[in-house]
Amino acid sequence: MKANIKELTKGIFKENPTFIIMLGMCPTLAVTTQLVNAIGMGAGVLFVLLFSNIFISLLKNVIPNSVRIPCYVVVIASFVTIVQMVFHAYLPSIYEALGVYLPLIVVNCIILGRAEAFANKNTVIDSALDAIGMGIGFTLALSLISIIRESFGAGTITFFAIGSWDGIIKVPFFNKWPIRVMTLAAGALLLMGYLKAFFNWNSERKARKAEEVKA
Amino acid sequence: MRIIAILLTYVFINNFILVKFLGLCPFIGVSKNSESAVGMGLAVTFVTGTASVVCWCIYHGLLEPFGLQYLQTIAFILVIAALVQLVEMVLKKMSPSLYKALGIFLPLITTNCAVLGIAIINIDESYNLIESFAAGIAAGIGFTMAIILMSNIREQLELKPVRKSFKGVPIAFISAGIMALAFMAFDNSLLTNLHLA
Repeated sequence: MKANIKELTKGIFKENPTFIIMLGMCPTLAVTTQLVNAIGMGAGVLFVLLFSNIFISLLKNVIPNSVRIPCYVVVIASFVTIVQMVFHAYLPSIYEALGVYLPLIVVNCIILGRAEAFANKNTVIDSALDAIGMGIGFTLALSLISIIRESFGAGTITFFAIGSWDGIIKVPFFNKWPIRVMTLAAGALLLMGYLKAFFNWNSERKARKAEEVKA
Repeated sequence: MRIIAILLTYVFINNFILVKFLGLCPFIGVSKNSESAVGMGLAVTFVTGTASVVCWCIYHGLLEPFGLQYLQTIAFILVIAALVQLVEMVLKKMSPSLYKALGIFLPLITTNCAVLGIAIINIDESYNLIESFAAGIAAGIGFTMAIILMSNIREQLELKPVRKSFKGVPIAFISAGIMALAFMAFDNSLLTNLHLA
């Protein structure tokens, strides 16, 4: 049981898909201009990852080894089409905002990477937990990036509209004098560089501490 | 005239890497030296060009007449995977030297967002066949330009002192960010000023 929990939590911090293994960068930077888009993208990826991992894990003894990649791609593409249809029907504003990046979940390296590296070797339950952990890790990373970009670049944090509340939190100071470049492409790349450097520094520091404890 | 506008749009204004973030994985992964950057760029240009044409034909010749537009994503990714495999086999037979240069990059291209991206954008923008081909080639050229510039920057960075936690990927991202700042100079006013819009 404890080992199962580990499969779930490793994706959130220790093997975070965005900051540690650096997979699926394209949607990460493109859709993080608003928090609500980041959450939508994260939910889409989580859904596709969960179901493709379950299916691939179930089919691992049926799929011949030599054609496994095309088979995985078909499974993934089917679930992406489902996500596209659901978003189109129920969340049209997020569907518009995500645009071409929604069908591009198919080629998101996280999903194919987890199928190849994990789901075709492990049991259904472990694969499902792995998918949920990775999906949550991806969503959290996207949310972090989008909160920073949106609050600096536009001075707002856009959440889902609930009842009479329009879902927009105004950030003081930046609301009046936003740093526009943060919501543009250049700001995304710069921020990603600094965040990655921070996580490198953090893991180095942890490794050094562990060594000191050992010594 | 429209063709020139499309070329300018996808090479400069909507550069696939620096503005639209499509194909970022190979951009960071394969840009360590300029030789492999040129190889990757050429392979991507070749595949985006052919994939644009083939996917356009599939969509307008097969999916649209039968009302199967919802199969777009599945059909396109299968076509691209098959196409990349075909290109690999043809190159192996016809031109072993080119295969040697591009061979290792070709399997990576199937999962390159730029290829599926341009195929979907062509349909969304309702380009005709020739415009789709132009957009595909232009997207590839934009990608090649960005990855070659990036590889030169990274070769220089190897020789410079960089803080340990910034080494490798972080400094590559920051350099790309500064390049993207420069590319902000290109926007739709370029097309208006050239009387192309």
